[in-house]
Amino acid sequence: MTDSTTTTAPVTERATLLSVDDLVVEHRTPGRPLVRAVAGASLTVAAGEVVGLVGESGCGKSTLARAVCGLNRAASGTITFGGHPVTPLGLRRRDRALSGIQMVFQDPYSSLNPRRKVGAQIADGLRTAGDTTTSPADLLERVGLPRDFAGRHPHEFSGGQRQRIAIARALAARPSLLIGDEPISALDASAQAQVARLMRDLAVDSGAGLLFISHDLSVVRLIADRIAVMYLGKIVEIGRTEEVWTDPRHPYTRALLGAIPAPDGAGVLPAELPGDVPDPADPPQGCRFHPRCPVAMDVCREREPDFGPVACWLHEPA
Amino acid sequence: MTLSISDLKVTLGGREILRGVDLDLRPGRVHGLAGESGSGKTMTGLAVLGLLPHGARATGRIALGERDLLGMSAKELNTVRGGEVAMVFQDPATSMHPMLTIGRQLTEHMRHHLGLDRKQARARAVELLGQVRIPGPEAAIDRYPHQFSGGMRQRIAIAIALACSPKVLIADEPTTALDVTVQAGVLRLLRGLCDDLGLAVLLVTHDLGVMSAVADEVSVMKEGLVVETGPRGQVLRDPLHPYTRALLDSLPGETA
Repeated sequence: MTDSTTTTAPVTERATLLSVDDLVVEHRTPGRPLVRAVAGASLTVAAGEVVGLVGESGCGKSTLARAVCGLNRAASGTITFGGHPVTPLGLRRRDRALSGIQMVFQDPYSSLNPRRKVGAQIADGLRTAGDTTTSPADLLERVGLPRDFAGRHPHEFSGGQRQRIAIARALAARPSLLIGDEPISALDASAQAQVARLMRDLAVDSGAGLLFISHDLSVVRLIADRIAVMYLGKIVEIGRTEEVWTDPRHPYTRALLGAIPAPDGAGVLPAELPGDVPDPADPPQGCRFHPRCPVAMDVCREREPDFGPVACWLHEPA
Repeated sequence: MTLSISDLKVTLGGREILRGVDLDLRPGRVHGLAGESGSGKTMTGLAVLGLLPHGARATGRIALGERDLLGMSAKELNTVRGGEVAMVFQDPATSMHPMLTIGRQLTEHMRHHLGLDRKQARARAVELLGQVRIPGPEAAIDRYPHQFSGGMRQRIAIAIALACSPKVLIADEPTTALDVTVQAGVLRLLRGLCDDLGLAVLLVTHDLGVMSAVADEVSVMKEGLVVETGPRGQVLRDPLHPYTRALLDSLPGETA
């Protein structure tokens, strides 16, 4: 099992499928200060491309994903999918053009309806796509499950199997963009890499883009073509997976990678990044990372670096 | 006090889940237990505490000092469990009671096992929270689990486990639910506590990186059997068993 085949996908310019531009998403809770969960993030996903979005919990990556599906309303900024603006999901039927975005949620124990048979739930997806030739059993087969599982209920399956069913349901709608919002974090450790690879293979084979959200860098590294690193509502670094992995430039990316313990038998405790993620309701002045940054300078405390691909004053584009 | 497991077999529903496990935990040492899911790592941990699922039958010997934990009555086991042997679970969000303050959860077993009064128990709880580096322990003690971040919650879960000064700590995937940056802190904490308090720690994890960072000895399990045991450096760098080799080779990256 090596990752050489997956991470060295051909680098070709592909048509942009999803583009998120300067997106701001705010959460309002009565009696609480306004929380800017996503504070000006930009991102693109091309057809057939896998983009991994990583960051600590609470950094806004799930909110970003939900906004792309129309589950969260954008306060400002735009989300365009295949030329159509993404509008928030309402009570009426979703615009057909937007049903090409499908999502696999974090927890397969709550994202499947416990009272309906698995096959019926997958058939919902098929109906969305107007597909009358494929049967739910075909889709189960594609995600590596026996065909006769279609007649069973979700409680009969393990976490890994349920997540495969959720993936089958998402695929049934023939998405051109698949979004996985921490789809592997509720799974058993050994099932994680398997399910992640499965999602990648199925998405890429059908020519769809995949936006894969996870806090586990080692899994994202296995499957993503590009990695975007998010911190407190902003994307701080984005680049090709091998480049980000071998030569991380933002101090936060370095800290994230440095915290992964190496299985070398040396008994070295990984470096600790001091402090917690600050409260997004009250982000620090200047660069959002400066209170935890080991190389913070004066400019970092005053001005926010709002440029890319590395949002850090050390890597300011000329 | 050492904990030694010998020839532990567990049968559940007619299937043999553990087929003769031998492990030795020594004070001040972290013993790592690796293996795929379904290999019986967690079952081994649960068997030590007598927490096996309903209907499971365990045979063999789990000796804590001179006493055999498997032969104990439920009442005797209750004096050991949470007192001399404590456990930290994978997910701090579900292993703590959401509707009780952490102070309640920290003091309840202390009062039972150590016979402390309310005031003494509270004082010790504050001290413990400081020990696991929770900021402002005096104020933190009256808060509820949801008011803490995941890393903090796992630190509190460790404090709860340590409250009765256990000799043996079973940590079942204690950092799997945490972010890597938080994981580093929790691993440092575990290692430090093991060294300072002379705890014998059984660290169950699938993550060989975590294993390499904190464990002194490493055992690898496969299908209910320990296939290899040895010092960390030897098992991870120069494994003797082909299965260990395969596990290491399947890891991504330049370490292979």
